[in-house]
Amino acid sequence: MNRFAHLLDRLSYEPRRNAKIRLMADYFREVPDPERGWALAALTGALSFRHAKPNVIRTLIAERTDPVLFGLSWDYVGDLAETVALMWPVERRVNSVPPLSEIVAGLHESGKIDLPGRLAGWLDALDETGRWALLKLITGALRIGASARLAKTAVASLGGLEPNEIELVWHGLAPPYEELFAWVEGRGPRPENIDPAPFRPPMLATALEDTADWREALDPNDFSAEWKWDGIRVQAAAGRDEGGRLVARLHSRTGEDVSGAFPDLLEAIDFEGAIDGELLILRDGRVQSFNVLQQRLNRKSITPKLTAEFPAHIRAYDLLVEGTEDLRDLPFAERRKRLEAFIARLDNLRIDLSPQIPFTTWEELAAARSDPAAGGAGVDAEAVEGVMLKRDDSPYMPGRPKGLWFKWKRDPFNVDAVLMYAQRGSGKRSSFYSDYTFGVWIEGENGRELVPVGKAYFGFTDEELQQIDRFVRKNTINRFGPVREVVHEPEAGLVLEIAFEGLNRSTRHKSGVAMRFPRIARIRWDKPPGEADRIEHLEALLRAT
Amino acid sequence: MGMAPYPAASMARSEDLLCRTSKGLCCRPAGVHIDPTRPVERALITHGHSDHARAGHGRVLATPETLAIMTARYGENFAGAVQPLEYGEVIDLGSGVQASLHPAGHVLGSAHVLLEWHGFRAVVSGDYKRERDPTCTAFTPVRCNLFVTEATFGLPVFRHPPAEQEIATLLDSVALFPERAHLVGAYALGKAQRLMGLLREAGYEAPIFVHGAMLALTELYQAHGVELGDIQPLGTRSRKDFAGAIVICPPSALRDLWARKFPDPVTAAASGWMRVRARARQIGVELPLVISDHADWTDLGSTILETGAEEVWVTHGAEEALVHWCIAQGLDAQPLHLVGYGDEEGIEALETVDEASP
Repeated sequence: MNRFAHLLDRLSYEPRRNAKIRLMADYFREVPDPERGWALAALTGALSFRHAKPNVIRTLIAERTDPVLFGLSWDYVGDLAETVALMWPVERRVNSVPPLSEIVAGLHESGKIDLPGRLAGWLDALDETGRWALLKLITGALRIGASARLAKTAVASLGGLEPNEIELVWHGLAPPYEELFAWVEGRGPRPENIDPAPFRPPMLATALEDTADWREALDPNDFSAEWKWDGIRVQAAAGRDEGGRLVARLHSRTGEDVSGAFPDLLEAIDFEGAIDGELLILRDGRVQSFNVLQQRLNRKSITPKLTAEFPAHIRAYDLLVEGTEDLRDLPFAERRKRLEAFIARLDNLRIDLSPQIPFTTWEELAAARSDPAAGGAGVDAEAVEGVMLKRDDSPYMPGRPKGLWFKWKRDPFNVDAVLMYAQRGSGKRSSFYSDYTFGVWIEGENGRELVPVGKAYFGFTDEELQQIDRFVRKNTINRFGPVREVVHEPEAGLVLEIAFEGLNRSTRHKSGVAMRFPRIARIRWDKPPGEADRIEHLEALLRAT
Repeated sequence: MGMAPYPAASMARSEDLLCRTSKGLCCRPAGVHIDPTRPVERALITHGHSDHARAGHGRVLATPETLAIMTARYGENFAGAVQPLEYGEVIDLGSGVQASLHPAGHVLGSAHVLLEWHGFRAVVSGDYKRERDPTCTAFTPVRCNLFVTEATFGLPVFRHPPAEQEIATLLDSVALFPERAHLVGAYALGKAQRLMGLLREAGYEAPIFVHGAMLALTELYQAHGVELGDIQPLGTRSRKDFAGAIVICPPSALRDLWARKFPDPVTAAASGWMRVRARARQIGVELPLVISDHADWTDLGSTILETGAEEVWVTHGAEEALVHWCIAQGLDAQPLHLVGYGDEEGIEALETVDEASP
């Protein structure tokens, strides 16, 4: 455990990507099986324990410390695992530190009754860093700035492989990944991918605006365009297992199996192959806004009522596999033809084709993008987030290869709002006021007043965060637990320019509107709050969308 | 600690002896402020850190070392008149108040103040630590009725590891990355010299390089007989020549252009705040070294009990938690909410490390 804790500790402070890969690769090289495999599972988020949950930790620390002192400490540190690791009483120090594999096995096997005692025993044996690492495992999010992708990249580097070669076999593997390490180190065969409906890492686009002089650099004749739908990117995959039964699965963009949340859609995946598309809610053939889709997400129980009210649907972008034939090396134009024929043959109400946008010049495409309704999206225009450009000759490559696919989003909406409340962030931002509630002017009973219209917690640089944080601390007029009310009067306060993707009517908000994806575009130090926008500005936008 | 409270003689009360004014803590009968934050007629200074030792007072009473540090920082005429007071020497402040200074173990010349008045004893701690420090005199506990303590690290999450262990971490990293310079952010007075002393004790014999801002104070330490070995300014050498070297600089310099000129530097910082990950990451530290010149939670508690005081006032830091702890021990305790001794809240992380909390 100490070696693993040391790795997490180093990773959490290491800012450089390549150095993180090197730290992980060194660890995998030096630490034997199965210890390193459990570490890989932890780093890729593949571990979860039935009974080991944050509330067990809270109970343990409550039995050992003064609740007031714990509360003050937690508020100061901002992270449960770290607070407990630092506060854990050390009188009963024992000599032997168990290896990670033993701890993971213990966390899996322990029942509700014996888990707290075992956990306490390990915490007694470990030092601050070890306790922190163990508690991080239990609270789930490691938050050490190393993604699953980076960990797989480190594994690939052991054998000079490309990270995508790991992705291709990943779904059929389980911790502690002994066959994977054997293959990578040249001691064994490539693991058989036994999953008939595996996740295939999706191909992603770069922002068009990031390419300098793109109008000159890119030739419209090389590209096809289609709408970028505002839903959830998914992969519908199905294949036959050894017994000939059809196995179907719905994967998220990051490879999570989300089949359970969409039983209605899973039923519709009755083909052999893999479709890349966008999950949308359709009512009477009309695409609903993301706001509607969100009401179906994160529901714990999926009832027939829910699926009837929010019918899920796939709008297909690409065909990765047809039958058992992998199409990913074919050029996009070729795959598109296969996709069109495939969808037509499917004749499935829940799966349709994402239409292409005809254009010959960038000006024509720009016109379609700024007015999707007239550009071909018709009544579904509200769910269009922008346009996608795909090179006709592009193979389907995992990751974000340069120069092949581009996204060209519609311009976001903007509003000048006044900062009203600020709340402390979590993790790295635990000692900063980084979550901001802002409002616009409304004509109230007692004259002009501010009404909150949204909350934003990103869009600013670290430096701007410090500036806003300082402003909050110097201009606090009230405290409510972790929240500070900040001065917000016509002549005194801070104006934030908020960019957002869309606007919906909302009965939950006093203002009657809810913003989608709001973020801070600029801090308007120059603007007096009195000159910030009025609610009428948002209402006009609402009518226009 | 099992000691009986120091017996309170006569009718003297804490509030009659010590009070808060807009300029800080004041010994009322004698009209002397302790570590005043603004210019006063008579000041007693506990140690040389800039938030405790300010220029512009009429008369200043402090240890000879603290006076020398103030002279180095502010020039010869930093006060109207100065009077050195050795550790243990007793001085009559007038109105029946006698004062003496006792080693606080914080930095060179640091002291806590004992005030005796009609048999009532009050100790004002300034800043202090109990951990061993080769560059200053060790803390001496003083029995008293009223103990006025700091609480910079007054939360149970702050339990400083042995400094030797942190020095070993630094030396391991130097051995692991011989091609990189190790930049260690440390407060210019006290922390920097303690690092040098600890490195020497650990057997590190190579020259230690220092940022120009800490050269004068380091020389002052050496002039007072503190052995620090070969200390050199960066001089005109190319930054590439510092591969494998240890360079000590003020924490603020870590983020300056100054730091970026070194070849692929390892950024370290030595402070009690480094115990909290978010704090270390905020200032971009890759190698946090938990080395503090303040008492940690455990030592704050044991020191309070050791003084035998039945009443505790908490000046600055995490007052709330320490006051809560004192009350749980059956002591009479209250926070003083003194301002001007460093903002302990998050945003000033860098400044905190740099200025207030060496």
